[in-house]
Amino acid sequence: MIKKLIKKYKKSNIKRVFSDPLGKIGFILILFVLFVAIFAPLIAPYEPSSIDVFNRLTGPSSQHLFGTDNLGRDILSRLVFGSRIVLFVSISTISFGIILAIFFGIMAGYSSERVGNTLLIVFDIIKSFPALLFAMTIIAMTGPNLWMLIVIIGITRFPAYARLIRAQTLRVKEKEFVTAALAIGASTMSIMFKHILPNVIGPIFIQAAMDIPVVITFEATLSFVGLGVPPPTPSWGTIIRTGYSYIRTAPWMVIFGSIALILATLSFTLFGEALRDNLDPRLRQNKV
Amino acid sequence: MIKYILRRLLITLITVLGAMTILFIIIQFLPGDPATVLLGPRATPEIIKKFRTQMWLDKPIYLQLARFIINILKGDLGTDVLNYMPVSKLVINALPHTIVLAFSSIFIASVIGIPLGTYSAAYRNSLLDRITGLISISMITIPSFLAGILFLLIFAVYFDWFPAMGSGEPGDILSQLWHLILPSLSLALGWIGYIARIMRASVLEEMTEDYVRTAKAKGLKEYVVVFKHILRGALIPVIAVIGVGFGNLLGGAVLVEIIFHRQGLGFLIFNAIQSRNYPIVQGGLIIAVLLYSLANLVADLSYGIIDPRVRSE
Repeated sequence: MIKKLIKKYKKSNIKRVFSDPLGKIGFILILFVLFVAIFAPLIAPYEPSSIDVFNRLTGPSSQHLFGTDNLGRDILSRLVFGSRIVLFVSISTISFGIILAIFFGIMAGYSSERVGNTLLIVFDIIKSFPALLFAMTIIAMTGPNLWMLIVIIGITRFPAYARLIRAQTLRVKEKEFVTAALAIGASTMSIMFKHILPNVIGPIFIQAAMDIPVVITFEATLSFVGLGVPPPTPSWGTIIRTGYSYIRTAPWMVIFGSIALILATLSFTLFGEALRDNLDPRLRQNKV
Repeated sequence: MIKYILRRLLITLITVLGAMTILFIIIQFLPGDPATVLLGPRATPEIIKKFRTQMWLDKPIYLQLARFIINILKGDLGTDVLNYMPVSKLVINALPHTIVLAFSSIFIASVIGIPLGTYSAAYRNSLLDRITGLISISMITIPSFLAGILFLLIFAVYFDWFPAMGSGEPGDILSQLWHLILPSLSLALGWIGYIARIMRASVLEEMTEDYVRTAKAKGLKEYVVVFKHILRGALIPVIAVIGVGFGNLLGGAVLVEIIFHRQGLGFLIFNAIQSRNYPIVQGGLIIAVLLYSLANLVADLSYGIIDPRVRSE
């Protein structure tokens, strides 16, 4: 009976997310981006990196809906394939951040107070670094590299999740099932990851959903200054970077690149906020 | 409270020292010998040898690190490898541009965002409130570099109303202000939405307070209640958020400076990265970290004073 009630409550919560008009718009836009990314080869009218020097910097036309860039590549096709990079970078970065956060967050909550406090200070220190400037410097010195990008952004994002997991762990670790596991002689590792982890992971996903736009922006910013995804991979930031150099003669690159980027970040923001407002009242305090 | 202040001070100190150490380590891990890297390809063997002894590169690594940090504390950020200018001088010349940009953006964002948020809260759930809400989210999601490029495209290229590049003639205040408008608007855009939303939430909360009801019951005029009772309390979270976000603002300022070719700290660092002028990169970053940490410290302390719950954490 109680289980049924809980189920019903949970279901109505999910429903609330989708009945929120802005949440609905966000969700539809996300589906659109996902659709474009999955079926990119079918949607894109051209190969994203096929060069056509006779048609360089042509404006939008029936042949090239969004125009061409300085090498005659079709902007629409590059944007379509760029959505794959956006999703790949944001999902792998956030996953990496969550893995770090699970490990250090549970450790900070479950270990002695001294270890916990030290880790908290470490989180604070990482959070107070100017992430963008650091990422720019490190990548400038090592050269653009997709994996380096993911690792750096992941490290700069994880302290926020780790703090959340720590707070949850502190709450959970005094519960009976943890004491019971201790009593039957479960190892610390097994308690941390088998018993505590499933009970603290929930709120992270909402925070992670809210963070996707931040990561997308971070990647686009780095690609814009030429320190993101290495060419010739079609990243939106790179397209905008090229467009910036031709802003007076060929503004369509910047215009369509910006529209794609704004659409993607807006969709995840709207959906993430609907998730937070309807599923997790505790997070509502950090609204904005 | 004292414990809280000490903890914050300690964290700031560790952050700054940690940042310096990380920078030092990055330089160590650069491909090639630091002397060759720092001096560039044109250095002769004699210069490199002299440089190595001068920079203590022949001494153990912990002594090098200690020397590195002590030099920074003395205000010596090294010498630029292309024009042999002291880096500290370059940074000091660039810094005012960045600070002016940051403060003018905050100013614009507050002047627009605070009334917008108050208005939305006063007419909660009206059509206008919903539209403002959507616009605020959109503003927040547009990264400042994108705002910069779009403003550049619209107001400088298409309409040709504002200058596209530079930070104005030195000594000519009007020209400098003229060059400041687009960059600070671009940087302010996200903040307008951000401040409007916090302001809305905090005015709504304030409106349910007892003293507001009392003031209304006393028969005070509507605007007196709004300005004297509601706004005063509602502004506190906004001020705190501005402080906390100041560091991120500096990050955004870098990009805006690159786009508008403003001679600020970000532009300096960016150009140095492009030309592999590592001493400038290093010195510029150190100053950026210092500014960032300082802003965070001030914000955290003021936040702690305003909201006692923060202190106990």
